[in-house]
Amino acid sequence: MSRTLRTAVFAVGGVGFAVLLLWGFGGLPDFGDFTGHYGLYLAHHAVPQRVATEAVGVTTFDYRGIDTLGEEFILFAAAVGVLALLRLQRGEEGASAEPARESPSTGHSETLRRTASALAAPCLVLGLYVVAHGHLTPGGGFQGGVVLMSALLLVFLAGARFRRRTKPLEAMELGEASGAAGFALIGLGGILFADAYLENFLPFGDFGQLVSGGVIPLDNLAVGVEVMGATLVVLGEFLDQRFLSGGDA
Amino acid sequence: MTAVQAAALIAVAIGGTAVVATKDPPRQALVAGIFGFALGILFFAFQAPDVALSEIVVGSVALPAMIFVAISKVRRQAETGETDD
Repeated sequence: MSRTLRTAVFAVGGVGFAVLLLWGFGGLPDFGDFTGHYGLYLAHHAVPQRVATEAVGVTTFDYRGIDTLGEEFILFAAAVGVLALLRLQRGEEGASAEPARESPSTGHSETLRRTASALAAPCLVLGLYVVAHGHLTPGGGFQGGVVLMSALLLVFLAGARFRRRTKPLEAMELGEASGAAGFALIGLGGILFADAYLENFLPFGDFGQLVSGGVIPLDNLAVGVEVMGATLVVLGEFLDQRFLSGGDA
Repeated sequence: MTAVQAAALIAVAIGGTAVVATKDPPRQALVAGIFGFALGILFFAFQAPDVALSEIVVGSVALPAMIFVAISKVRRQAETGETDD
């Protein structure tokens, strides 16, 4: 394809896209003008109905729980896909193709090591807080899970290795799987003890308490463990298992 | 629209352009991290603290980390002459 033809094709596409985009912008509602009935209803009734102050968490885990279940399994399937592909590749190369190095290349900078080791513990506490308070304050399982992942990433950046005998990669795989299964099983509890899948079956408790909002804290915990496990397993695989070097690394 | 929201929108516009304009991949990862943080501020200014938290953690921690890991792996393979295919 010649350069002029390419430019012509791009010009037609670009102008068409710009016209459609501007046309679409012309039909947008005014800034801050929201007329969605479902959103307005949830904004008014979610908090009193579910005794949890975080309306977003109530919406994602209670009213739209099935959406969240789907999203969670998207992440689960993506992590499993990465694992399958990378391990297949490594199996073809031979297990000793990339031997574990004794000193990770990230461990050379003293500033990085000290900063990372100072930040790891506060980051871990923040992650646990965000997961545990997912039904009270902004945050929840997904956000907290990623913060927990960052905390363990900082441990790696600090140059420390996890103890060999604990086999952390296997623990993370187990965490990923049990988190995903946990959310689905909490949903089954809705069938057994209430009317429908993912319906709340626990007492709501009192406003603003750590244990309140029915099943939402449990959902947050399951999603937090799943997200942390999935992201760490993927990172561990990309880092050739040096990061989470279990017995098989 | 408040002044904070307008400022956040402008910061995101500048940040996105800066990510595209940066040539060197490791520097680009760092600029992308700052851009992710600006995007988090934008979401917060528009009253979506949940999304802001996700965006800050994913955009300014997880994404640059993934890019750095990928770059270091590619460079190591280039140094040792290994190929994946």
